[in-house]
Amino acid sequence: MIVKPAFLSKNIYDADIEERPTRDGYGEGLVSAGEENPNVVVLCADLTESTRVEAFAKKFPERSFEVGVAEQNMATIAAGLGVSGKIPFISSYATFSPGRNWEQIRTTISYNDSNVKIAGHHAGVSTGPDGATHQAIEDIATMRLMANMKVIVPCDAVEAKKATQAAAKIWGPVYLRFAREKSAVITTAETPFVVGKAEVFYETAKPKVLIVACGPLVYNALLAARELEKEKIGAIVLNSHTIKPLDEKKIISLAKKCGAVVTVEEHQVVGGLGGAVAETLAKHFPAPMEFVGMQNVFGESGNPKELIEKYGMGVKDIKKAAKKAVERRWG
Amino acid sequence: DKEIKRLEEKANAIRKTIIKTLEEAKSGHSAGPLGLTDIFTALYFHILRHDPKNPAWPERDRLIVSNGHVCPVLYVAMAYAGYFPLGELKTLRKINSRLQGHPHRSSLPGLETTSGPLGSGLSQSIGMALAAKLDKKKYRVYTILSDGEHEEGNTWEGIMFAGKNKLNNLTTIIDRNNIQIDGFTEDIMPLEPFKQKYESFGWHVLEIDGHNFEQIVDAVNEAQAIYEKPTAIIAHTIPGKGVDFMERNYLWHGKPPTKEEARIALRELRTLGGKIKSEHE
Repeated sequence: MIVKPAFLSKNIYDADIEERPTRDGYGEGLVSAGEENPNVVVLCADLTESTRVEAFAKKFPERSFEVGVAEQNMATIAAGLGVSGKIPFISSYATFSPGRNWEQIRTTISYNDSNVKIAGHHAGVSTGPDGATHQAIEDIATMRLMANMKVIVPCDAVEAKKATQAAAKIWGPVYLRFAREKSAVITTAETPFVVGKAEVFYETAKPKVLIVACGPLVYNALLAARELEKEKIGAIVLNSHTIKPLDEKKIISLAKKCGAVVTVEEHQVVGGLGGAVAETLAKHFPAPMEFVGMQNVFGESGNPKELIEKYGMGVKDIKKAAKKAVERRWG
Repeated sequence: DKEIKRLEEKANAIRKTIIKTLEEAKSGHSAGPLGLTDIFTALYFHILRHDPKNPAWPERDRLIVSNGHVCPVLYVAMAYAGYFPLGELKTLRKINSRLQGHPHRSSLPGLETTSGPLGSGLSQSIGMALAAKLDKKKYRVYTILSDGEHEEGNTWEGIMFAGKNKLNNLTTIIDRNNIQIDGFTEDIMPLEPFKQKYESFGWHVLEIDGHNFEQIVDAVNEAQAIYEKPTAIIAHTIPGKGVDFMERNYLWHGKPPTKEEARIALRELRTLGGKIKSEHE
């Protein structure tokens, strides 16, 4: 069942649960961060509306910079601002930023220790009809392997706002990942959010599988866990919003408690959340693992929910992976 | 005239130390640093408002070296200016050194950025120039660019942005030495008409002899007086300047002198004295 200290939405299992895209939370978080700190500035590469920078740009026009369709320029201008006392947020689709400007981020932001926050939007196949060119499924990996970079993937619009505000307060480079499509608002203002601290959202007695999820797919993991519980398979769902630094301590202890692990992410199964969890467990407690995510393929155009199903990240896929992991479970 | 003589003598000392430093490092770039020595000398010993004893002074002018591979001249000029002891130059490119093969900002106080990968310095300078405007600060931003790195798209993205935003607190000095690793720039990828390209992007453009201190200083003064545009100073330089067998030879772009070559180069530089300016045709 849903654990009380998570303070999740009361109607989480209702069919009419509120849905909002995580990028909305980014937009709200930017305005709050801008109100709290006059050094927050925002740069955008010709995607002001769809990356939800609009509200900030209207409220703080002097702190908002349009760079045109030039993601490399956006990253490097931000690098200069970030070593000059400013807290720049750069916004574009994740396939372009941090896709196209990866080297600029590496050299001038990460290695240069510039206080830049990178917001990658339209992440995952749920970006939908635009097709695979616009569906980032490699960005967690390409940002996670960079020294000095933090990686945060909020699970809903409420958490996205908290993550954006938190990023403004942390010194140093941070990558924030957002989705285009509406998704269930599962957390509330009271739900704990601390960068680097994963939160248990669901737990049964005698759990046999730990489901570690990030992003809007946390909702699917919660739906899967409820169905598994009905089938007498106990599970824990852990919302691992921070992929770097990973909450290793909690993941190790919960993996020991369950004996088998499933990771769930709208990203390639290599290099992202699954990779991070596997690296940690290999060192400390090499439990059997299953990986839900993109299986070394690109996405395609389509309806977001249909794409999630087609590419194996639906509720039934998480259940299937959980059962397989339980079968391989130790003891 | 006395000031120019002082700068010429300083430049000669810096050139000699560059040769010694590269010989000691046994790797690194020779031609670019020697070609830029007069410009770095003018910047560190005449133009920049800076305080080597307080490198983080918020009001300091910013010097961004986009073509990080010329860092031997940057390090030597910084050492002479008092940022760190001259003796530390012998650690260049060696393990546990603050003097990385390409500059790393957090390693050495006084460095404004990390560079080496070409084409990203101008835009970082733009970020600093924007920050100065937001904070209503008077510091100026100077950027050293190579000619070759204008082949990078990021450079032109920055040129567009600075032109559009009329960043008058930004001045670039372009090392127009006509060489790059694989050969002459006009063979690899022609940049001409260089001046007109910049002008069409909304920049004020000056062309100078990059070995003439009077022209370097005058150009920077003129840039400060231009209120409606950023200024690009195209400085014509001779790669390897001061060492006969290195001058204009692109093969010296990326290698250091051997012990014997360094000996010949140093002897030449000693006799050169303050003749750099008059010698230039």
